[in-house]
Amino acid sequence: MSGLEHFRAENAVDAEVAIVGGGLIGCMTAHELRRRGRSVLVLERGLLGGQSSGVSFGSLRLQGQHAPELPLALHAQALWTEVETLIGESVEFAGHGHVHLAVDDAQEARLAGNAEHGRAFGLPIELIGRQEAIRRWPFLGASVRAASFSARDAVVNPRLVAPAFARAAQRLGATICERVEVLAARHDAGGFALQCRDRDGAERTLRAEVLVNAAGAWSGTLAGWFGETIPLFAAGPAEMVTEPVPRFVEPTMHVVDGSVLFRQTSRGNVVIGGHPRMSVDATTRRTRVPPDKMLTNLGRLVAIAPHLRAYAVIRSWTGIEGYLEDMMPVLGPSATTPGLFHACAFSGHGLQLGPAAAKALAELITTGATALPIAPFGIGRFSAEGRRQVHSLAEEFQDDVLHRPG
Amino acid sequence: MTRIVIVGAGPAGIAAADALSAAPVEVTLIDEAARPGGQLYRSPAPGLKLDMSRLLGSSHGAYAAFHDKAAGLCRRLDYRPGTLVWSIHGGAVHLASASGAAALPYDALILATGATDRIMPAPGWTLPGVFTLGGAQALLKDQGVAIGRRVVFCGSSPLLYLAASQYLRMGVKVAAVIDSTPFAAKLRALPDMARAPATLAAGLRAMAELRLGGVPIHQGARIERFEGEERLAAVQCRAGAGQLVRIACDAAAYGHGLRPEAQLAELAGCELRYDPVQRLHLPVIDGDGRAGERLYIAGDGGHIGGGQAASLSGALAAAALLDDLGLPASDVDRAGSRRSLARLRGFPNGIAAAFRWPREQVVALADDTILCRCENIRVGEVRAALRQPMASPDANRIKAVSRCGMGRCQGRFCGPALAELVGAGHAGELDRLRAQAPIKPLPIALAGEAAP
Ligand SMILES: Cc1cc2nc3c(=O)[nH]c(=O)nc-3n(C[C@H](O)[C@H](O)[C@H](O)COP(=O)(O)OP(=O)(O)OC[C@H]3O[C@@H](n4cnc5c(N)ncnc54)[C@H](O)[C@@H]3O)c2cc1C
Ligand SMILES: Cc1cc2nc3c(=O)[nH]c(=O)nc-3n(C[C@H](O)[C@H](O)[C@H](O)COP(=O)(O)OP(=O)(O)OC[C@H]3O[C@@H](n4cnc5c(N)ncnc54)[C@H](O)[C@@H]3O)c2cc1C
Repeated sequence: MSGLEHFRAENAVDAEVAIVGGGLIGCMTAHELRRRGRSVLVLERGLLGGQSSGVSFGSLRLQGQHAPELPLALHAQALWTEVETLIGESVEFAGHGHVHLAVDDAQEARLAGNAEHGRAFGLPIELIGRQEAIRRWPFLGASVRAASFSARDAVVNPRLVAPAFARAAQRLGATICERVEVLAARHDAGGFALQCRDRDGAERTLRAEVLVNAAGAWSGTLAGWFGETIPLFAAGPAEMVTEPVPRFVEPTMHVVDGSVLFRQTSRGNVVIGGHPRMSVDATTRRTRVPPDKMLTNLGRLVAIAPHLRAYAVIRSWTGIEGYLEDMMPVLGPSATTPGLFHACAFSGHGLQLGPAAAKALAELITTGATALPIAPFGIGRFSAEGRRQVHSLAEEFQDDVLHRPG
Repeated sequence: MTRIVIVGAGPAGIAAADALSAAPVEVTLIDEAARPGGQLYRSPAPGLKLDMSRLLGSSHGAYAAFHDKAAGLCRRLDYRPGTLVWSIHGGAVHLASASGAAALPYDALILATGATDRIMPAPGWTLPGVFTLGGAQALLKDQGVAIGRRVVFCGSSPLLYLAASQYLRMGVKVAAVIDSTPFAAKLRALPDMARAPATLAAGLRAMAELRLGGVPIHQGARIERFEGEERLAAVQCRAGAGQLVRIACDAAAYGHGLRPEAQLAELAGCELRYDPVQRLHLPVIDGDGRAGERLYIAGDGGHIGGGQAASLSGALAAAALLDDLGLPASDVDRAGSRRSLARLRGFPNGIAAAFRWPREQVVALADDTILCRCENIRVGEVRAALRQPMASPDANRIKAVSRCGMGRCQGRFCGPALAELVGAGHAGELDRLRAQAPIKPLPIALAGEAAP
């Protein structure tokens, strides 16, 4: 909201911590840091939550989350149940659970694997045969063979999350700037110097002791200013929404390979997602879902929920998300620069992980340590030796993402 | 052969098709309506006994000539009625019709998609019985059905007197015409309007006809409310002198001028630019309708100018397209058409003054007035979203938070009023809601069924 005009003359320290990026990660981190009494400055080039954070499917899914991430995800889920009390406003949190569906033997085996894996981490997942699935969700089509249900999975309205956390942080005294872009940053004896430009073209250098890289799909650029590489790539899942439909389902429904997933909002609209994810243009920041992709995903939708045939889709969208090949974020201190922390490339899970990621980061910044399980997410995993234990990406991304030049 | 796709079979689209008819190109003409005509020359369903010469009066000659030409063209080229273009992507138009979904690649594209009413919400405007001016006119021309037995025509639009006079001619009781632009403002715009004598004459003729028919005309009157319990029972307005006037009726036709349908243009990659006179974002086109690579825009979809301007611009766009493709020129009189078109389109200030968009009204609206009729969002909810800390006054942000503009019409109707509400108190450009596919609701059934 504030531009650059009210910052004091150059070289004063403008905040103890400067956060680049006003997505949900930046806003949640600002809030956690203010709760711990640090002075905080959030710098967002566009609008708060205007990128990935504001356009996501809205799912807080635990079931099927891969092993290295599940412990942090479980912490995050516990925090999510308290979020609305903590920040004093609604983000339309609804704990209706999440259903995975299987349409063939291999997928059925996957449900069983997920359930076993969940149990190992203390996450109950119920395996459900076709008959029982049809009894609970009578709209399911003939192709559904089996289901599994995780009651602790939930949804929120993603459009509300980043602005709500920004307000909460601001109430605690954080300074939040929209339409201020960080053009460059460097580290010197006095800490970090950030060269910023506001919407009117005014430029100023702001200073902070600690710098948080929460720049989403653009965080590789910031890391580069400090001689670090985050080998992320931008992509986005196709999303669509229907006109309001009479209430028919509470949990999120999700074919286990991700080829189609949907949930119904309290107003009745059905939000529809589907992988593989598409290539998007992080430079122009203009995103479109190709029409053939929409039709393919709708075809998959009616195979699972045939009655939706009678309704219409009213909009499509996607977003610009940063992914890493192992589908995990970078979360923790920089390997080159003391005082720099990365929290980025959430690889499609940032909404769910957000509260725990922010808490871990705030603890690291204020105390130098955290008990939260973030060890798998260190930037060190991309150093020449420790590179890539990649799992299969063909299901996750279209060819145009995986085989993009450059 | 080179494939040209034309979207819209109104005056602009038909003129473009005509200008291409001798060229070595394959033309596909697409319209979501069942018959050619667009808004101006909309025609009744076959078999419907509707006396169009009575309905149209002196403009029937032009109507008949248009349909003669259109019928011939539609027989000869690949004409696809009842077909919605729901997206443009990757050099193809994406179609939805009773026979399913299809993609059609093009070498060049002419968008002649016309305009729709711009609406300023008012208390009660979503009551059953309240129609847009265009909707009221379309129902009459298309189905031979009037929107009511005692109809009020209100707002401010070139269509206001025209639609009222057509209803009168068809024997419907016109309870009143309430024109929210003061007569003095119209008089001041007269010299400008005189540059389009045909349009001006048609307007004056319609007004005279209504006076002769004993229809009360209130000018410079503000619409206060559409009144009624279950459905519309009366329109209340505050007349120029300040007194409240209540007109009993069972239907009202309402609108404030026209807004180009530019969603397809946006998806096709055309730049939209804010126009401070019309307070709308309009496609950026050159004098011949060039709008981007292999992209041309003609008619009211690019620039509100009426039927004659639409035809001229359709022919010019076709000629420009042939030039750009290096194909033999058509026999369009480019210089003459450009001159006439410039004359017809050259007075946006006059149009804006004569058919005033009452933007200050949005600020005065009571909190409980519905702004977004699809999602039932009230003005007060949008104001609350604007008052929240961290709520940038940005229409797309306010939409995301309040749901205003997120329904079936995707802000095509509430968008201009939302932009005014968000922009009130700020100098400079208004925002616009960004378009995404599908530009109109896409039936899921069209997708068929794929393997999951
Ligand atoms: C379509 C879609 C669906 C998704 N569905 C889910 C889901 O169901 N569940 C889930 O958990 N996750 C989901 N995700 C992922 C989730 O949305 C993201 O992981 C999360 O929002 C990441 O938040 P962020 O703050 O890191 O990134 P962002 O929201 O992208 O924020 C980064 C911000 O940094 C700003 N910025 C960048 N560079 C600069 C600079 N130099 N100066 C100033 N500002 C800068 C950007 O403008 C941006 O606003 C989805 C993502 C997409 C795209
Ligand atoms: C409702 C209405 C009524 C009007 N009545 C009159 C009148 O009586 N007299 C007068 O002088 N002027 C009238 N006007 C002004 C009139 O629009 C112009 O004079 C003239 O019709 C403009 O011609 P056009 O070819 O640009 O657009 P139109 O005549 O509006 O033709 C556009 C055509 O494109 C089609 N189309 C649009 N989008 C799509 C899509 N996505 N897919 C497929 N097809 C599409 C529409 O179905 C329509 O047939 C009216 C305008 C409106 C909006």
